[in-house]
Amino acid sequence: MRIRVRYSKLGKIRFSSHRDMARCWERALRRAELPVSITEGFSPRPKVHFGLALSTSHESLGEYLDIDLQEPEGSSVDLGTLPERLTPFLPQGVVVEAVSVIERSELSLQEAVTVCTWLIEVPGVSPEQLEIDVRTMLDATTLPVIRERKGKKVADDIRSGIIDLRVIGATPSDAPEQGAVFEAELATQPRSVRPAELLAAFDPPRNEGRVRRTHQWIITDGARREPIPAHATARAPAQAGAR
Amino acid sequence: MTDVWPQLEPLLAKVAKPARYIGLEDGARTPHHAPDKVAWLLSYPDTYEIGLPNQGLQILYEILNENPHAVAERAYAPWTDLECLLRDRNIPLFSIDSHRPASAFDLIGFNLSAELTYTNLLNMVDLAGVPVRSAERRPEHPLIVAGGHCTYNPEPIADFLDIVVLGDGEEVITEINEVVRDWKMSGRTDGSRENVLRELSHIVGVYVPSMYDVTYEGADLVAVTPRYSDVPERVEKRTVADLAEFPYPKTQLVPITEVVHDRLNVEVFRGCTRGCRFCQAGMITRPVRERPAEQVRTMVEEGLRRTGYDEVALTSLSTADFSGIEKLVGDIVKSTDDGPPVSVSLPSLRVDAFGVGIATQIQRARRTGLTFAPEAGTWRMRQVINKLILEEDLYSAVEAAYSNGWRRVKLYFLTGLPTETDEDTLGIAELARNCVELGKAHTKSPSVTASVGGFVPKPFTPFQWFGQNTVEELRRKINLLRDDTRKSHGVQVKWHDPKATLVEGIMSRGDRRVGVVIEEVWRQGGTFQEWNERFDLDLWTNAMAAHGIDPDWYAYRHRTEHEVLPWDHLSAGLHKDFLWQDWRDALAEVGLPDCRWTPCYDCGACTGYSIEHIVASATPPAGGSQGTGQDLGRSVPVTLLGRAPVVVGS
Repeated sequence: MRIRVRYSKLGKIRFSSHRDMARCWERALRRAELPVSITEGFSPRPKVHFGLALSTSHESLGEYLDIDLQEPEGSSVDLGTLPERLTPFLPQGVVVEAVSVIERSELSLQEAVTVCTWLIEVPGVSPEQLEIDVRTMLDATTLPVIRERKGKKVADDIRSGIIDLRVIGATPSDAPEQGAVFEAELATQPRSVRPAELLAAFDPPRNEGRVRRTHQWIITDGARREPIPAHATARAPAQAGAR
Repeated sequence: MTDVWPQLEPLLAKVAKPARYIGLEDGARTPHHAPDKVAWLLSYPDTYEIGLPNQGLQILYEILNENPHAVAERAYAPWTDLECLLRDRNIPLFSIDSHRPASAFDLIGFNLSAELTYTNLLNMVDLAGVPVRSAERRPEHPLIVAGGHCTYNPEPIADFLDIVVLGDGEEVITEINEVVRDWKMSGRTDGSRENVLRELSHIVGVYVPSMYDVTYEGADLVAVTPRYSDVPERVEKRTVADLAEFPYPKTQLVPITEVVHDRLNVEVFRGCTRGCRFCQAGMITRPVRERPAEQVRTMVEEGLRRTGYDEVALTSLSTADFSGIEKLVGDIVKSTDDGPPVSVSLPSLRVDAFGVGIATQIQRARRTGLTFAPEAGTWRMRQVINKLILEEDLYSAVEAAYSNGWRRVKLYFLTGLPTETDEDTLGIAELARNCVELGKAHTKSPSVTASVGGFVPKPFTPFQWFGQNTVEELRRKINLLRDDTRKSHGVQVKWHDPKATLVEGIMSRGDRRVGVVIEEVWRQGGTFQEWNERFDLDLWTNAMAAHGIDPDWYAYRHRTEHEVLPWDHLSAGLHKDFLWQDWRDALAEVGLPDCRWTPCYDCGACTGYSIEHIVASATPPAGGSQGTGQDLGRSVPVTLLGRAPVVVGS
């Protein structure tokens, strides 16, 4: 039996890495005494499949992982209360939002998710100026960047990976640095565009303030859905351990 | 007091591994500061990854936070990238629990486990906004206190420390807290700093360097004497008589980011009486005090459940010597049988088949390599250092390892030991080759790694009088070994560059005059000197030259019997004449049996403090000679757990 877990990661814990979170999850699953399937062989590991990596220092309202549970013990786990059961074993700022059962035949998170929505704070810029930056970028037909791949510098065009950009307004009062904030929809396939690359592609390049992933999208026949439906995240997540 | 988080937060996205600055570990306490509580900032002068697992600091963190008159937080050395940003923006050193500025604490306490971290200590004190020299501090500055193994000779850093603590901290920390609390409640008035320091010097185990005058005659140190009659002439270490009273840490910190020793650690005993003459830890932590097996089992069981770790280490200086270790390990393995796989590790393995038997029992998964520490390559040399392992012991251990499925064996050695000849050095290669030969019967390509470190003599050991090998001599010996093993298939020699041994030697056995060198190196940017890529020998030799410090005199010179040593006014309980006799025995190649199982030879550690070994069994563990000279023909007082002292072996 495979379950998919949606969780948020907000506040100080944003400075932990993807690898750090993976280890936190392994410990949390053991602490919760969840009957997780274990790999056979020399170095047994729990069968846990993580979604797209979230960069160190970025927050998220929608992170995912898939967990394989042993049979038959897995079927007796109460999925309704599982979020409340897991959250206390995770670091402060990580809150499990929802859990659902998925088919083993379903694509892995890393394959299935093709677009992410981001909320990006840009310090030292007015919303008006950012509006101009965003317009210019969306009007461009190409956005050449230099990327490093296997130690080599490669020219690339990220324009096709930028699906939409929308300026929201001034940064909220709790932002560490004041400026403007915008929402970005960025592709993760065939090649992902990272928020840092996006900011570097502005003219002049913009600094990165707080960055928060708000959604991950699976697109099937032109319709987009989240790996676990959004209604599960209806409660105000931003308050959870933000400081 | 405001916290520095708002200023710090935007910087963290710009530095490497920012998770080391956010706290949030499972087990971390929420600090509640109050005017009637003494605030401690427990610090480790190295990175978070090295410092967080430090068990000493974790124990004190819990004891202080359980005390209604105290509150404790933690700090670690910020890496150079963050330090730069902090200094640029005038942000001080901070606690990682609540990100309070370090200067808002009443004491900043350091654990000193390695001499090369001394410049980091100065750097952290400076980052805290506190003058690095204690003489320049005023009542508003925190007291700078240090404990840990290095403080058995704190003289090189004496001018930078207000208080030094010798020995186990579990009890003395509360006594210090009360004195500092009175000082805090009285408002820390002008001139009160000297009074509180003098008051603290009355606590057994507390050394206040500024209360002592140092006298030299020419180059020679002749006396360290108290400035007042109420200050003790000799400061004795503190020893916790019964480890069972201190089942700490109760809630070991579980870090979010990866650290060294990232597993549950349960201390099974403290102290070691094997008597290896190079080993400072074994000398200064006597006597042996075992934790009751039942308590160990509980701590392991509860610890695994609480932390979610899948590995537990049973820690001590020589865990296989724990009474009934086989049963203990068996119980732990059994109790974790029906859950997810848990591995048990013993950081130190006995060099015999018995040790391998235990390892086989616990390392059912991940069977990769086994490590043994014969420490020297010839029987003669091992008699000198009192590591009385017969070649047969080693071979039976290696044979057992290979026949039980291990493919790689690692052997630890020291070079630069007293009386060492090239024959002894090359004996390392010979042992390694013989081990490879043994392995060939069991595996196609057995591999033996000989890891070689340069020996640095330490205070309160029989080798404290020994003039250490020069860096050049250590390099020559390592090259000798490398040349000799070049064509030995299956043998790898790994070595630590001995470049730092000179500095370690001077810091280990130096006096107050070398303090200026530490300060100078720090001022020149010489931080994180224990990191191989950042150690800069020129920085040190230039500073020594500039201040007239002669490395030959401090490190390479043999001391004489009646010379005043810089730490003679401090005591680890060991009689100086015992150590001297042991030094003479070493030179005469005479070994000394383990006194846990044989008659006492009055080293002073028990008799001086009216304490005794606490071991559950007075019978030495079975198997292998272990060179313990087990001779139970004479009587020896041993305290059996939970009972009155009994006499065994008579």
